Amino acid sequence: MNYVIIGNSVAAVGAVEGIRKIDKVNPIVIISDEPYHTYSRPLISYYLAGKVTQDNMYYRGKDFYKANNVEPILGVKAQHIDFDKKEVVLEDGRKISYTKLLIATGSKPLTPPIEGVEKQNVFNFIKLDDAKAIEKVATRDSKAVVIGASFSGLKAVEALVQRGVNVTVIDIMDRIMPRVFDETASSMALKMLEKYEAKVLLKTSVEKILGHQAAIGVLLKDGREVPCDFIVLAAGVRCNTDLVKGTKLKINRGIIVDTMMRTNIPDVYAAGDVAEGYNFIEERNTEIPIIPNAYKQGETAGQNMAGAQKIFDKGFIMNSMPLLDLSIVSAGVSAPGEGITVKTIYNQEKNTYKKFYIRGNNLVGYLLINDIDRAGIYTDLIRRKIDISSFEHQLGRDDFGFIYLPKALRSQLILEG
Amino acid sequence: MDKSNITAPKRIYAKEDVCIGCRLCEIHCIAAHSKYRHDLIKTFKKLPKRPLPRIVVEEDVPLSFGLQCRHCDEPECVKACITGAMQKDPKTGLVINDTERCIGCWTCILACPYGVIRRDYTNKKVASKCDFCLESGLEPACVKNCPNEALYIKNTVKSHDL
Repeated sequence: MNYVIIGNSVAAVGAVEGIRKIDKVNPIVIISDEPYHTYSRPLISYYLAGKVTQDNMYYRGKDFYKANNVEPILGVKAQHIDFDKKEVVLEDGRKISYTKLLIATGSKPLTPPIEGVEKQNVFNFIKLDDAKAIEKVATRDSKAVVIGASFSGLKAVEALVQRGVNVTVIDIMDRIMPRVFDETASSMALKMLEKYEAKVLLKTSVEKILGHQAAIGVLLKDGREVPCDFIVLAAGVRCNTDLVKGTKLKINRGIIVDTMMRTNIPDVYAAGDVAEGYNFIEERNTEIPIIPNAYKQGETAGQNMAGAQKIFDKGFIMNSMPLLDLSIVSAGVSAPGEGITVKTIYNQEKNTYKKFYIRGNNLVGYLLINDIDRAGIYTDLIRRKIDISSFEHQLGRDDFGFIYLPKALRSQLILEG
Repeated sequence: MDKSNITAPKRIYAKEDVCIGCRLCEIHCIAAHSKYRHDLIKTFKKLPKRPLPRIVVEEDVPLSFGLQCRHCDEPECVKACITGAMQKDPKTGLVINDTERCIGCWTCILACPYGVIRRDYTNKKVASKCDFCLESGLEPACVKNCPNEALYIKNTVKSHDL
């Protein structure tokens, strides 16, 4: 009996810990094309900002592999999986056979179809190596263009302004963080970006990247030119299914898994950004590319690989994104839709914003800016599908808590667990 | 490392019927985590930057109660933590945040079902929560100093869900 995990990030670590909850003995092999000890990818923006050193980016302690009887094969790409022979073929020709396999290859950056995107000094912003490459050119007073004002684009902007770089961020939408933000939220964030002297160009896109071998600027669809020393692409990510394309493994956008993280091939599991698992809010399979979900899917997969019968069907999108001096958290539904009531509370004086999405008697999503202190209570109301009808009018209170819930429900929630 | 079936040895619960909302638990919690350790006078007179209380007191007069980290068996904050700073200690069962590695991203706040993790901006941005007065090695200050015994410690029953 041996376990093989392809991937070395959050879902992989979750799987190791899940396996070890059940099986203390049988060996685990971790294969990753990155040469690093397991590290936290979101920390790359903190690394670039100079707030975290590489030594402090590890996601689990230095003894993690040893303590869990894991053999890490790092810096070597898995090239091919032979599902019939049950072995993973590495780029150096080695063959690693498995009894149970987890595919946790994460996501990869989407390259926007822009002319000149292959030029030098055009970077992705996903991995540590990306941050290290950007670090070399992101000197004080240099000029950067960030393409895409989404979560990772804005984290790049934040890191760059903290390095003293002049940043222009460009997005085709009419607001930043378009998936989660409305006009109000976007304008609060824009004010913050303005305070830090980051330029934001909305409702326009990059036609062409200028320069011979290296990027020296961008030409926008509206004819404007923005000169720059380097470019960061943040046009989103997609499931990294390269390794299993064209095999008998069932793939849609990601690898399709059931609520036990099993794929259509026996003994083969998938978890994390590469997987397309059950989305509790959407009530169908979707990608859910966030860390809490990656960990839980990984842990569930690990436990089941080791013989348990665990179900994880509570995955949904949730994000916390501090942006400069703003605290921003959101979870679940993030856009109006059929059968959904939206409630907003904007307090200009306090610079706080709250937005709740309600479907029937349930809270199904929220967005909070600055007043985020007990956000997890809302997350739990969503997760447990609690009937909120008796206290719905209290949701937006600044001091919202268990005290405004019916006594029986309060007892159930805070006297258990 | 054996991480299975670790439960917090005990948990702190509140009796809302006897809590009088005096917030002494908060005061003593602040003092217990200040450098003057349990010395109320020094803590409040000498410290310009006092620690945050790690207990949340909810109040809607006449009702009130205190709430603190449950050191969950399946801690949402640990699973959500993006840096690995928030961990359940296999020896004690306590969920402890390594403030050296915490970057204050607030993902734990987004995940905690009890809403008992605070944003601490006192020094470096970090998540702050109850540590069961681990460092003092004494009975948790909130429980010890509640004048009405509205906070009590319960030994937890192990959940064998495997």
